[in-house]
Amino acid sequence: MGKSSSVRDQVASAAVRTVNRLSRMTGKGSGTVVGGRVGIKIAPDLVSSLARGRTVILVSGTNGKTTTTSMTVAGWGGPVTTNETGANMPAGHVAALAESKEDHVALEVDEAWLAHTLASTRPSVVVLLNLSRDQLDRANEVRHLAERWRKALEAYQDDDLVVVANANDPLVVYAGEVRANTVWCDVPTSWLADALSCPKCTLAISHVGSAWHCSCGFAKPLQVTTTLGDELVVDGTSVTLDLSMPGEFNRSNAAMALTALHSVNVNLEVAVRRVNAIQSVVGRFSVRRWRGHVLRLLLAKNPSGFAAMMATLPDDGSDVWVAINARVADGHDPSWLYDVPFEMLRGHRVYCFGDRRLDLATRLDYAEVDFVVVDNDELVPTSKETISLLANYTAFSDWLARSEP
Amino acid sequence: MTTFCVLYPDLLGTYGDGGNGLAVAQRARRRGLDAELVSMGLDDEVPDAALYLLGGGEDGPQRLAADLLRESSFVSRVRDGAHVVAVCAGLQILGSTFCVEGDDEYEGLGLVDVVTSRGERRSVGELATRVDGQLLVGFENHGGRTTLQSGVEALGTVVQGRGNDGRFDGYRTKNIWATYAHGPVLAMNPWFADVILSTVYGVELEPLTSVADALYQERCRVLSA
Repeated sequence: MGKSSSVRDQVASAAVRTVNRLSRMTGKGSGTVVGGRVGIKIAPDLVSSLARGRTVILVSGTNGKTTTTSMTVAGWGGPVTTNETGANMPAGHVAALAESKEDHVALEVDEAWLAHTLASTRPSVVVLLNLSRDQLDRANEVRHLAERWRKALEAYQDDDLVVVANANDPLVVYAGEVRANTVWCDVPTSWLADALSCPKCTLAISHVGSAWHCSCGFAKPLQVTTTLGDELVVDGTSVTLDLSMPGEFNRSNAAMALTALHSVNVNLEVAVRRVNAIQSVVGRFSVRRWRGHVLRLLLAKNPSGFAAMMATLPDDGSDVWVAINARVADGHDPSWLYDVPFEMLRGHRVYCFGDRRLDLATRLDYAEVDFVVVDNDELVPTSKETISLLANYTAFSDWLARSEP
Repeated sequence: MTTFCVLYPDLLGTYGDGGNGLAVAQRARRRGLDAELVSMGLDDEVPDAALYLLGGGEDGPQRLAADLLRESSFVSRVRDGAHVVAVCAGLQILGSTFCVEGDDEYEGLGLVDVVTSRGERRSVGELATRVDGQLLVGFENHGGRTTLQSGVEALGTVVQGRGNDGRFDGYRTKNIWATYAHGPVLAMNPWFADVILSTVYGVELEPLTSVADALYQERCRVLSA
């Protein structure tokens, strides 16, 4: 804890740990958010006091927050304080910072809480991954989020802050361009459906190859620090990114995590070896067993996440399982299923699970994809092959809980 | 060939609204009817189509879509009888005026005499309305309060949610259907998709069973529980 922490902050911090321990003991929860809420009640500035004097890296964006934060932790090496359960709002940050007092801190931040968390944690680096439609009934306007990020970065008074930002996402560039020392990353970004109209003037953005520009002058930044092709080049240093986890999006996440680490003087060659070795992140991409089935669990929460995950599937006509819920943490509105290019699954048979399996099945039917609605788990035929299971947030948690390593 | 055209999906497609075009096109094709589904981009001319579909969008894109459509042949095509399904922002654009970006009033296309002002709070949640004795189910997420001027017929009466004003949802004319329910509403409500198809083709349709029927029944069950 920082030197100047008050008695009240110390009491609040102790309360966070006690409540969280109780929460875990009583089995009422994983005990992160509840303790954090108590701490904030006692000392509203608790995050500031807990973060003071520590080197903080924040990670925000619609997709890849948890994975990129986890890559940052691994790449840093040694003990790092982090919110690894994905509790990414102030209560979760308080809990993480109160439970673990390491000098190095990597926190994922909910997109809507970026301004608040910047001000409270005074980070060395903030990583801005991407912005796309997600949880429509809550954060309904993705362009509005980009505007809030931009305002937050404009208002933030600390010239030492390094912003590591994706140069291929126009909404991220709109936010990041207001800082003098933004470090731009030219990393593959496949989902651009939410940035077809210019965030500045609403006219159409033209994309040519990996470049993009609008007639109003808004364009991809020319000075990029990080490029990702076969090799990853950060600030002139070239390293080989050979991830154990699948997916091009994970390469982009890793490139941005490594750029953030480079800017706090972590050796790139050492960090990349650590990141390459990561097998799974909180169950994501892990291989699990369930009733004689072997499943690879893939989390996909929104259209861009689904598009990226489906691109990793083998093109062999194998069965694919998809599980969809629409609970609070997922957003109650599953309309986004129609923004997912499920046509990519033609040629596979898709088993539909989850509370909203009929919404999924209807979407697949209109996409001309072969589907089975699973009303009874026992009737699913077993196979020797590893089956890819794509699930959105709470459905993923359900499957992680019901399956075994 | 009968053409269905989704207008400006880049601007008006925030809530999976592209699914409406897909649903009607597929339901037509499965009955052996000719159907072509196209979408109109920002730089395109309005193509000739029997049915145009408008979705929901954020403030800036909504304003731009209204500006582009006002200058296009869309208005005269609709006056000449082309059919339209409009959802959410699309519903507001077809009216006389709507509010975006605070309380600034903006001119709509004036195809229907309705006025949309800024509602006291956002309407977010399940929306169910009764349309000719049948339930229409979907999800709404908008900040508008829409008032129908005299002579304009509502699409339905609200059973759950807010719709235009808590009492009525949307509006309809002989060739326009408008609702605040996205969902996408035509995918979730196969009977409603078929009302539209039947009007567009001018024929009685053969019944078509699909998994959408089970989805519709489930949503009705959940809403009445």
